[in-house]
Amino acid sequence: MNLDTIIFLVSAVVAVFGGTMMIAQRNPVLSVLYLILSLVAQAVLYVQLGALFLGAVLIIVYSGAILVLFLFVIMLLNLRGSEDFGHGSKPISGVTKFVLALLFVFELIAIVRTSLLQADSPIGMMTAVPVDFGSVKAVATLLFTKYLYPFELAGVLLLAAIVGAVVMTKGPEDEGAGATDELYGIADKEAEGEK
Amino acid sequence: MLEVIIASSIKVVFVLAAVLTGCAYSTYLERKVVGHLQHRIGPSYAGPYGLLQPIADAVKLMFKEDVVPDKVERVTFALAPIISFAPALLTFAVIPFAKDDNVFGYDVKMVLSDLNIGILFVFAITSIGVYGIVLAGWSSGSKYSLMGGIRSSAQMISYEVSYGLSIIGVILIANTLSLRELVDQQASTSIWFFANWYVFKQPLGFLLYLTCAIAETNRLPFDLPEAESELVAGYHTEYSSMRFAMFFIGEYANMLAVSAVGATLFFGGWQGPFVNEVPFIGMFWFALKVFIFMFFYIWLRGTFPRFRYDQLMNFGWKVLLPLALFNTMVTGLIVVKGWF
Repeated sequence: MNLDTIIFLVSAVVAVFGGTMMIAQRNPVLSVLYLILSLVAQAVLYVQLGALFLGAVLIIVYSGAILVLFLFVIMLLNLRGSEDFGHGSKPISGVTKFVLALLFVFELIAIVRTSLLQADSPIGMMTAVPVDFGSVKAVATLLFTKYLYPFELAGVLLLAAIVGAVVMTKGPEDEGAGATDELYGIADKEAEGEK
Repeated sequence: MLEVIIASSIKVVFVLAAVLTGCAYSTYLERKVVGHLQHRIGPSYAGPYGLLQPIADAVKLMFKEDVVPDKVERVTFALAPIISFAPALLTFAVIPFAKDDNVFGYDVKMVLSDLNIGILFVFAITSIGVYGIVLAGWSSGSKYSLMGGIRSSAQMISYEVSYGLSIIGVILIANTLSLRELVDQQASTSIWFFANWYVFKQPLGFLLYLTCAIAETNRLPFDLPEAESELVAGYHTEYSSMRFAMFFIGEYANMLAVSAVGATLFFGGWQGPFVNEVPFIGMFWFALKVFIFMFFYIWLRGTFPRFRYDQLMNFGWKVLLPLALFNTMVTGLIVVKGWF
């Protein structure tokens, strides 16, 4: 076993462990922490493939921005333990869950099989990437040529999501019920606390 | 292989020692400078001019009782100071601190790791640092800590956007993400040794960087997460002894890190007079530039009152972000047109 294999195995195990622990946790804050652990391990895998840029971006975007927002929301609503989950009707029935999980497992098996067929060994896959794989230039060229339309569409989608979020938090003046009230309630509580 | 390991170890120890000493004496610098700004003399008992004060402080903190309150989440409570301290040190791994030189017959790169995405590494690491504060606030089980944590996460997310955008101008002009190449590009052989510093090509970018860096490190006038007149001590209210010391050193390490990155990006890093004749002098220029940044930080603390929370948010989103976008667009246009 050379150093590369050891690093790969360790970070792969950590990534899977983090992902598993994330869904096994009752405490939402710890879930987020395990997700961060998993993402950092994935970044290590990217770096090992020579995709330094993708690894750094993964950390900056997900660990640095999106998951901080997750934590922010969890802390703002102060969800501690499990008491806030499981109220009301079940969103997904057991059968649906099972079918979805089964589909996912088949998908995974299919992916692993095809990638195994392409390369001699799982470790051998690492040599199959092009020289400038994951470099800033390579990623940018792909984004602005081959995947230009999906990229721009994703931008529009995000813009729509932002506008939607603003509309939902502001809300029309006359209605002002439901989620809006709740959010304002929290803001009021905060303001009181700061005094 | 063995040579590489030994050489790297020596460099790591050297940089670590320099940074930690820098942190310790930054606290001294802060107390002394703020003292004089307020017509006091600052620490003056321990050693000549109070120079041994940081050591006395460290010993005191080590012997203090480590109080862990009842309602804390123990694991995250213990993890938080480490998360806020370690990333600041990691930043120094990619910062070049002198011109490459031949030492005892070996060619030595005066940087721990010459990553070709160096500046992105710095930002990735910095973005991890926020968790230290957020988790400290959440796990302490105290309302003041929680408020400090919430404030800090909101503040850091808001300012990180402008922080990232503020350096895009430099990257666009330099056409590289490697800190080493960035420093090389700022070299100048003429008598005007500062002619090629990026601060002159990116004045707005530099001001934005400076402002956001202060907000990112939670220093006055943006120290809302620990505003002592409102939140006791904010996120580290419940911390004591060495755990508190780690937050304390972490804050200074973060200040040093953003100062070092600022000096590297905008002020030519180790570039200065005589670096080609005496390569070692680069270290001195670099330290001097970082020192000036640190002094500026402390000067600001002694000068400005704290922002109000809504002012902070308005300033970040309605002033800094549009300015940063404007700077990026203008720089992009200039680079595309080839005016530089």
